[in-house]
Amino acid sequence: MSAGGEASLPVAGHEAIRIEGLHKSFGANEVLKGIDLAVATHEVVCLIGASGSGKSTLLRCVNLLEPINSGRISLWGQEVTGPGIDPNLVRRHVGIVFQAFNLFPHMTVLRNVTLAPAKVRRVSRAEAEAEARALLARFGLADKEADFPDRLSGGQQQRVAIVRALAMKPQIMLLDEVTSALDPELVAEVLDVIRELAATGMTMVIATHEMGFARDIARRVCFLEEGRIIEDAPPAELFTSPRDERTRRFLRRIVDAGRL
Amino acid sequence: MALTGSPPPGSFARTGRGARLLGGGRSGTVISTASTLVVLGALAAIFLLAPGARAVEHAFFSPPHMWQSFIGNPRQGYYSVGAAIWLNIRMFVVAEILILALALLIALIRQSTHPALFPIRILGTGYVDFFRGVPLILVIFAIGLGIPALSLPVLSTQSNVMYGVAALVLSYSAYVSEVYRAGLNSVHQSQVAAARSLGLPHRQALRYVILPQALRNIIPPLLNDFISLQKDTALVGVLGTIEANKAADIYSEQVFNFSSFTVAAILFLILTIPLARFTDRLIERDRRRRLAGATP
Repeated sequence: MSAGGEASLPVAGHEAIRIEGLHKSFGANEVLKGIDLAVATHEVVCLIGASGSGKSTLLRCVNLLEPINSGRISLWGQEVTGPGIDPNLVRRHVGIVFQAFNLFPHMTVLRNVTLAPAKVRRVSRAEAEAEARALLARFGLADKEADFPDRLSGGQQQRVAIVRALAMKPQIMLLDEVTSALDPELVAEVLDVIRELAATGMTMVIATHEMGFARDIARRVCFLEEGRIIEDAPPAELFTSPRDERTRRFLRRIVDAGRL
Repeated sequence: MALTGSPPPGSFARTGRGARLLGGGRSGTVISTASTLVVLGALAAIFLLAPGARAVEHAFFSPPHMWQSFIGNPRQGYYSVGAAIWLNIRMFVVAEILILALALLIALIRQSTHPALFPIRILGTGYVDFFRGVPLILVIFAIGLGIPALSLPVLSTQSNVMYGVAALVLSYSAYVSEVYRAGLNSVHQSQVAAARSLGLPHRQALRYVILPQALRNIIPPLLNDFISLQKDTALVGVLGTIEANKAADIYSEQVFNFSSFTVAAILFLILTIPLARFTDRLIERDRRRRLAGATP
């Protein structure tokens, strides 16, 4: 399954994520049927595939939001799915951004961003706020810090959600269809933020339906279908000459829908 | 039927009586005032024109009796209803604080998913089933008469007020824990995921993210239960405690006039109506603050 990836595996120590034989079921419904995936430090990997193919579940497993049934996930060579692991310590290094933003509606933008640094990293309130303001300014949200989330546009909310995750200073960012809930004209501002993150060398795994974006930003694109990685290749290869018939069929549907 | 271009002008204008009655804002105020007067007038007429109106007026609304029962006169053998309401207020405040804490604990226990907590979860469910099912007045009797009869040290030598408050707390915590539970369930799972994904431990996610949102959602039903609790402090009178209702009862037995109950009713109204308006203000303030997008 990971034949394409294995040849290009980075040397040990430079590998941020390694997933081996990952199975995950919700009741009788097996969503992930043996995932193998390795992501190098500073690498950007995009996951594509139809809704229900397991992209989101895969990301949630890496953040330990979902208990797995079998297999293992290691970060920087340390297994995180075994016993004796504190998931809260793991999550400090792995940020995740959700499709529906999931901002805290009862807190201002600034409080949304400073909550976790203040309570988990235990930096002082002043320091947390200074860091938060710097991040908000960097992503064009300087004037929004006193607003509540429901006053913001979808694109602004999603940028705040990205800032909130970044405030924990993670080394890995997982992005779960972060533009799927946005109006078309708001997609670009969020994609620009992700491009900037990629430029800083952030290790990212991005589940997305934006094929053009995936082609631009990803070093590797993985096509998932029914809980398996069908094809794992550089975007130039996967989008122009996919090897597997199932990948070709999926891409043809995307092209027909006018999304590539 | 042929499709024509557009309906003729004036097709959407209101016609007939509705056009006049529901016109502008000013006439709306006039209409609401008039209808209020008509309804109140009709109710007053029914009351005043009833064959027994004079007898009821004397028995329930006699100003001298209302005043006498309000200030009380121990030498004549009756207590002040006005003074006795203080006991209701004190019982209510103490009970409310204890209920808020105990009910939250029960709700959190029932919401927990840890397998080791299974027996406590069962106990919590049993507790809620039991105290929601048994009438409050029976709980008050059971505690107020049963605990002293056990002749235990400390527990059996408390005042009737203490037993009454204990019964209120036990009974109402069962109801209020269900309100809490509904509130906790009203916060979407994605909020839990967002909090946990940032590395917040379960306890902190609950405290900073889940509970504040849950509480906001349940303020109206919670206050509703507390208005009910204010009234139900009157039931503690069955243990012989001189609270407002019991004081009114004693007056009516001594003087053979029920106006004391009217006084008690008015005092309870004076207590509960501000709480209701306070609830409205909290909801409105929260709504406006969120709309304005200002810093809290």
